[in-house]
Amino acid sequence: MDKFTKKTGLTVLITLFWASLGLAAGGGGAHMEPADIDPDNIASLQRGARNFMNYCSGCHSAQYVRYNTIGKDLELSEEQLIDNLMFNAEKTFETIQTAMPADDAARWYGTTPPDMSLMARAKGADYVYNFLKGFYVSEESPTGVDNLMLEGTSMPHVLWELQGYQEAHFEHHENEDGSVTTTFDGFEQMAAGAMDAEAYDEFVRDTVNFLAYISEPIRSDRRKLGVWVLMYLIFFFILASMLKKQIWKDVK
Amino acid sequence: MTGIFLTMNYKPSAADAFASVEYIMRDVEWGWLIRYMHSTGASFFFIVVYLHMFRAMLYGSYKKPRELIWLIGMLIFLVLMAEAFAGYLLPWGQMSYWGAQVIISLFGAIPWVGDALVEIIRGDYSISDITLNRFFALHVILLPLALIGLVFVHIVALHEVGSNNPDGIDIKDHKDETGKPIDGVAFHPYHTSKDLVGIIVFLMIFSSVVFFAPDMGGYFLEHANFEPANLTATPEHIAPVWYFTPFYAILRAVPDKLWGFILFGLSVLLPIFLPWLDRSRVRSIRYRGWIYKTALTVFTITFLVLGWLGTMPAEGLYVLMARIFSVIYFAFFLLMPYYSAIDKTKPVPDRVVYHG
Repeated sequence: MDKFTKKTGLTVLITLFWASLGLAAGGGGAHMEPADIDPDNIASLQRGARNFMNYCSGCHSAQYVRYNTIGKDLELSEEQLIDNLMFNAEKTFETIQTAMPADDAARWYGTTPPDMSLMARAKGADYVYNFLKGFYVSEESPTGVDNLMLEGTSMPHVLWELQGYQEAHFEHHENEDGSVTTTFDGFEQMAAGAMDAEAYDEFVRDTVNFLAYISEPIRSDRRKLGVWVLMYLIFFFILASMLKKQIWKDVK
Repeated sequence: MTGIFLTMNYKPSAADAFASVEYIMRDVEWGWLIRYMHSTGASFFFIVVYLHMFRAMLYGSYKKPRELIWLIGMLIFLVLMAEAFAGYLLPWGQMSYWGAQVIISLFGAIPWVGDALVEIIRGDYSISDITLNRFFALHVILLPLALIGLVFVHIVALHEVGSNNPDGIDIKDHKDETGKPIDGVAFHPYHTSKDLVGIIVFLMIFSSVVFFAPDMGGYFLEHANFEPANLTATPEHIAPVWYFTPFYAILRAVPDKLWGFILFGLSVLLPIFLPWLDRSRVRSIRYRGWIYKTALTVFTITFLVLGWLGTMPAEGLYVLMARIFSVIYFAFFLLMPYYSAIDKTKPVPDRVVYHG
């Protein structure tokens, strides 16, 4: 290849890489705190599983997730699994279903609570993290709360006992054309919950970590396997380059 | 190949498609690997095809006597787009459904026959189970067969005239006494050994994506497609997968639906005419003047920017940018007969030049 081609090719690759990073960073709403989850932290995942089964699974199913997959990946014995996580399932190969009938849910909340199997993957872990931290008191809402991430959400603040209640402050700016821009200007704690802010963050982080895990249970396996595959390929790359050099020696 | 294993576990029905994909990802042994190889493979197919086309433009490989190869190649590109489009509906996620909704409804912009055409494509009054089934049939039978057939013809046509080279020289003009081109090398072992290195490098990049970033930050697998198709909720903004976005950006840049569709179609079809638009005396970029070099560089940047714009919401500055770059896109092709003819060229050597 001549210089021009090489340079252009390199530019194209670098641009593509840069563009993909830009997209990965973009998307999603404003002022989201990073969820900062650690998918390899088994203890955090175990706590997250407990949180999910205790607080979420009453309304939210995870219909693609099997209990025994969780048990295996989270290093739980069958007894631990049955005693601590399986509230409404008989066999460990069952998937996580909710006890609440869908049409009742629709009647009570106006909408059926969404399935959680892929929520963290569709919305991103950061979104779910900020959603669970984003409930604030609102007079207009029938549940008494609204959410910063999803305005007009039908979900009540299930974790209020832990977080307490908070107020959201908004600033309104009038633009030149008369329209009004509203910006969020921080939360203020109104009533304390059983947890302080830091403990609640940890609680939500563990839960989100678990949700991210169930959205792709194979994640950690694929990364481990990937390292071996790449090492194997690098080895073969060295062999093949040497072979090529040997064969092309006499072409000038 | 990976598709064969996927079809063993996939159910082409609106009720079961999404769940069966998740079944493959979670419960089928190694299903996740096969699925990621399939989805990543689709994107890599396009990366390779785009690079292949770019190289043809660098070295003028489409020029006489290789026009036919270029034509067949463009036909392959069109079938590949159809293949990818049909395949993208199959997981029946939000983006599958709404992406197909947007693109298919474009055909409705055609006067007189538009609505009837849309109904024929969908097989229904909206995208439904029936559409899914026929796209499945196209994706696994008709289009792959067409692809294989066209690739075969592509290679046969190449054998007729021989490969081009970065110098853009006909190596068959200089033969030794046994009739072999002096500047050619045997395919085996020279190219087989070189390609082996290339294939391994490709596999390294490919596996990095499959094992470490199968979503590619939402480029290869879009986030919204992890939600099952919901006919009553439109996603925030609908963007096709990255390999369609340059053309999608052009489509959205035009305020009128019919004209948008026409320009969209033109932007895909224009490269077909390259062999006749390009009036330069030389093939390779090495011997072309500064005008073509600049034009091709600007075009490459334009194509990438349009691709990026296609993934962004169509509002404000993005619309303006999309319009400007669309004009540049068309100018590259339509002005080519002019600027490629007046561009100064360097003399082309008789024989292939050996670079360091």
